[in-house]
Amino acid sequence: MEIEVRYFATFRKNNINKETMIFIDEATVGDVLKQAGIEEKEVAILLVNGIKVNQIKKLSHGDIVSLFPPVGGG
Amino acid sequence: MFGYNGKVLRINLKTRQIATEALNMEDAEKFIGGRGLGTKMMMDEVDPQVDPLSPENKLLIVTGPMTGNPVATGGRYMVVTKSPLSGTIASSNSGGKWGAELKFAGFDVIIFEDKADSPVYLSIEDDKVELLPADDLWGTTVSNVTKKMQERHAKGCKVMTIGPAGENLSLIAAIMNDEDRAAGRSGVGAVMGSKNLKAIVVKGSGKPPVFDKDIINEMNKVQLAKIKANGVTGQGLPTYGTAVLVNILNELGSLPTNNFQLSQFAAADDIGGEKLAENYLIKNTACYRCPIACGRYVRIGDQEGGGPEYETLWAFGSDCGINDLDAIIKANHWCNEMGLDTISAGSTIAAAIELKEKGYIKEDELDGLKLEFGNGTDIIEWTKRMGYRQGLGNKMAEGSYRLAESYGVPEFSMTVKKLELPAYDPRGVQGQGLQYATTNRGGCHVRGYLISPEVLGMPEQLDRFATEGKETWTKIFQDLTAVIDSLGVCLFTSFALGAPDYADMYNAISGTHHTAESILQVGERIWNIEKMFNLKAGILPDQDTLPERLLHEPIAEGPSKGWVHKLDEMLPKYYEVRGWSAEGMPTEEKLKELGL
Repeated sequence: MEIEVRYFATFRKNNINKETMIFIDEATVGDVLKQAGIEEKEVAILLVNGIKVNQIKKLSHGDIVSLFPPVGGG
Repeated sequence: MFGYNGKVLRINLKTRQIATEALNMEDAEKFIGGRGLGTKMMMDEVDPQVDPLSPENKLLIVTGPMTGNPVATGGRYMVVTKSPLSGTIASSNSGGKWGAELKFAGFDVIIFEDKADSPVYLSIEDDKVELLPADDLWGTTVSNVTKKMQERHAKGCKVMTIGPAGENLSLIAAIMNDEDRAAGRSGVGAVMGSKNLKAIVVKGSGKPPVFDKDIINEMNKVQLAKIKANGVTGQGLPTYGTAVLVNILNELGSLPTNNFQLSQFAAADDIGGEKLAENYLIKNTACYRCPIACGRYVRIGDQEGGGPEYETLWAFGSDCGINDLDAIIKANHWCNEMGLDTISAGSTIAAAIELKEKGYIKEDELDGLKLEFGNGTDIIEWTKRMGYRQGLGNKMAEGSYRLAESYGVPEFSMTVKKLELPAYDPRGVQGQGLQYATTNRGGCHVRGYLISPEVLGMPEQLDRFATEGKETWTKIFQDLTAVIDSLGVCLFTSFALGAPDYADMYNAISGTHHTAESILQVGERIWNIEKMFNLKAGILPDQDTLPERLLHEPIAEGPSKGWVHKLDEMLPKYYEVRGWSAEGMPTEEKLKELGL
């Protein structure tokens, strides 16, 4: 299955805003983080299809994972 | 009490009389300073039913006990008056370095009364205070006034001024200081313009007295460590400023787009904080004693200056369907030059575009300019026209409510109490919506930033769609924010600090004996006196509401799809937790409990 991973703020390395990850079997958000080389504690806002989740959330084909470090303001 | 100078400067612009009075320390104890003390003084001195642009309205510049003192972000001041835009109490907050300088000059408050016969500006150099002619400044832009004042007056002087928008009584005019910092909201610039007062230049050489330097040093060590360790104040805001929120709200499906007709913007990344940092940012800028430095200093072509905040990127960007960051940065620059509130200005353009698309505004009103979602070509020209009140800009200068009302369709104005809503679609953040509906100055996010728990997860993560318990969160955030705004520090510190820290801060500087509980009660007192001003001004609880679109039109697509705002469920609980009547009026018991 294909998952779109979107990187924001300091998670953008080498100008990569987003990428597609392919998983043969079932995958969780934790698997995405592992593949991205990001630790869960670094992530402040973790979204799947715009809804806040944690790393045990199981993913489905076509899901969009959005990753933000601690940022904010107003 | 320490931290204050104990002095009020009273200026009668008509008689040109300048008087110094003692600050009422009993009131300072009950209302702290800034927003709270300013509202108390307005209640005592001004009929809440006054015409806001008449000589009978007063313009108050009020610092807090932290302003100019050695605490993190201790440089903020408030402009307090009656708003010509909303008819409510107006308290417009600004940072930069001007507020601290007023304290160094030996004053806490300036009260402007009546109206000058011809344009004037006020010069303060410690105790030398003069009203001087401003005929040569009238009609000129903010950077011009600032430069002229700095050439003419003492080295290091700080300048507050209105631009053409304030002079032309635009109801969305700001008061600017240090060139690009704004007391932005509620049309306070028009009140200054109505008094023929162009600028206030100030230079001071003193320091306000403080309670205990050792206690202050210890307190600062603890609080600065908290600010540095917090992800938002220590890393996020310094790196990206507020602009980073564009992508967050867009990913959540709560970034208002095309005048709140949509809640996601396909080109959000083009106008986000990441792009701003990558292509335009030269350096961060900081207000007085600020360890966060969220300000953006940007370059575009050969022009350098203050860059857009999140709210501006949204108002001129997604709310107008525009992804042209060059055009947005230039529109921001012209808002600063004209002295316009960027939220109200961008949102008014967005409303005008919808009115044009739906056939209310006719082609022959446009003087050949474009007014289309997604077309950034003419937003700079529209900004200037609002400032100068030219063509359709004359109607737009009144804000989106009066603009839409003039075509018989006020429902296309995305406002609460006629003040334009900020950049969070409340259908996707229910607590923030309750906050918008109940805020004493109208559609405002910085009277209780529920985005912090509902989106950013601080101090804890709340379900953004839930309504349960949000009335209590809203009340606490509103009361605490009233304290912060009255102390004279920046609201952004509240990502890292809580009520006990603000009590510590006040105690260390002023020698008070506050606890978290007692300081929150001061906040509640301030909230209630603001409400009382509004009620006396005729702003009744039927105005505690949201635009029809947000209450009845579900979000069409994206992660917040299907949601409307559930204000009907939330408002009665909010009134109850405030201890008000079911009709939304403060009760005798509540007012007595708060010493009002």
